[in-house]
Amino acid sequence: MPAAKKLGQQTVFFQNPPAIIASGAVVGSKEAEGPLGKTFDRVIDDPYHGEKSWERAERRLLEDAVQIALQKANLSPQQVDFFLAGDLENQTEASALAARDLGMPYLGLYGACSTFYEGITVGAVLIDGGFAERVVVAVSSHCCTAEKQFRFPTEQGVQRPLTQSWTVTGAGAVVLAAGGSGPVVTHATIGKAIDLGQGDPSNFGAAMAPAATDTIVRHLLDTGRGPKEYDLVVTGDLGIIGRDLAEELLKDHGFDLADRFTDCGILIYDPQKQDTHAGGSGCACSAVVTAGYILQQIQAGKLQRVLGVGTGALLNADSPKQGETIPGIGHAAVIERR
Amino acid sequence: MRVDFTKPAGMQRKQYRDFVDGISPKPNVLVNVVWAFLVGGLIATIGQGLLTLFLALGLPVLEAGAMTAVVLIFSAALLTGLGVFDDIAKYAGAGVIVPITGFANAMVAQAMEARTEGLVLGVGARLFTIAGPVLVFGLVVAWLAGLFYFLFR
Amino acid sequence: MIFVMSFVVGGLICVIGQLLMDLTSYKVTPAHILVGFVTAGAILSAFGLYQPLVELAGAGALVPLSGFGHTLTQGAIRGVERDGLLGVFAGPLEAAAAGITAAVVFGYFFAILFRPKG
Repeated sequence: MPAAKKLGQQTVFFQNPPAIIASGAVVGSKEAEGPLGKTFDRVIDDPYHGEKSWERAERRLLEDAVQIALQKANLSPQQVDFFLAGDLENQTEASALAARDLGMPYLGLYGACSTFYEGITVGAVLIDGGFAERVVVAVSSHCCTAEKQFRFPTEQGVQRPLTQSWTVTGAGAVVLAAGGSGPVVTHATIGKAIDLGQGDPSNFGAAMAPAATDTIVRHLLDTGRGPKEYDLVVTGDLGIIGRDLAEELLKDHGFDLADRFTDCGILIYDPQKQDTHAGGSGCACSAVVTAGYILQQIQAGKLQRVLGVGTGALLNADSPKQGETIPGIGHAAVIERR
Repeated sequence: MRVDFTKPAGMQRKQYRDFVDGISPKPNVLVNVVWAFLVGGLIATIGQGLLTLFLALGLPVLEAGAMTAVVLIFSAALLTGLGVFDDIAKYAGAGVIVPITGFANAMVAQAMEARTEGLVLGVGARLFTIAGPVLVFGLVVAWLAGLFYFLFR
Repeated sequence: MIFVMSFVVGGLICVIGQLLMDLTSYKVTPAHILVGFVTAGAILSAFGLYQPLVELAGAGALVPLSGFGHTLTQGAIRGVERDGLLGVFAGPLEAAAAGITAAVVFGYFFAILFRPKG
């Protein structure tokens, strides 16, 4: 017998869709200078955020985003059932340290840059399942901790390939609740780790596009919906190249999304002025764009129904050296105006 | 059809690789090569100026060469510390990476970023992240060359 | 004349590096480029092919990292001529001692003195 709240192979639907009652988006100066600059709640100009290391700065960004969201919802951390968070540092340390300071019961998540949508999915499941009233989902990334973790020291002389993306410095948080006003999460599609043999750590878009495509196709088949039933399909951080690849792959599957398909990594920077090459990436990329721009557009009535697809490249610092290719992942959630 | 999803995984991977290669922007090799040639040539000429100067000051040829290297290493390390080396390298590429300046930059950049992990396990260890392999391979080859020279001279 | 030759040869060696960076797969990192040049210089030097380039172009051949490899190999050969088998072990580092010490000491002080801008 199929599960009561499951549709098709990979999609779940929520009987009482949890509402996103508040959100917080904190970014660095580069993101604030981008096209979406005005949609963020707070801008931190100092990459150190007044701390002695980038890692501490990232933790502070995450805490800031959570506190802004809680403040808007008029809640204290004690009124939150669970805190779901993740980031890109070793063993998601930024989230762990933020969880220590915030004092909420904490589930650490890792889905690389897809973590925000993974968190929304898990949070909505907890709420609709009756296990929680209020859940906070938050993720962070920092361009310097990510470069240090996955690529080269920031002061080392290297030429960034044109396929490379720029890691977003920032943090996004949302408060999901069983009741209350705000856009609701109606469906979620959990993606498969898909690998079409891309191994280049400077071209994440190419590694993730097949997984994003698979999740979108699976979502549409599971729900029986057509692309036209969505005002916007927005992926997390495929970037310019990854979005083009995914668009073509979707056509191969018989779905033409045309101009209702975009990507948070494309929205957040101006590649000509900001020298970001392929676009934005990182956990915070989909998080700050969703928690800022997209939710604002939904609340303003400009978008009715959005399919957000968090995308992640599942590598670590050693796997490319060991000759592994990079599996991609995509997790989708439907956010609807109510 | 770019990728035929009914085909076996191996064939899909090949189709996808060709597709990605077709769509991904390539570096502008000509511009990069011109930059590398001009900046690399300039650094070599500065080196030659230093070499000529040290020889004129009466240093023997090997010592003059060593002092030239010391000055270039100092300059590259300082520019790295000031945070401008990476901005130059963005354009000059191999023009600053291949000279001894790139070696010094790779040492300092690794070490200064590891400052937050302490002096011993951070700075001390990470100075050799790239210098280590360079010394290992250089020394192994030089040692083998010396050994063959000793045995067969 | 030596200045012109050092500009041209130094520039051309960097061009080889740029082509390696731009035209090879992503698996070739800057670390591989640096190691490759030192190794290539040391090997060419062992076969007596690098010294003519140094005589032609001076710093143009010495300043690129291949010149560092050349210094190591020549150090080994001079060591053998002076001390025999012991020179095989002591020679390479003796020849490169100033450069290595400079890189370590300056690297250490600048790493402490400055904070990465990010």
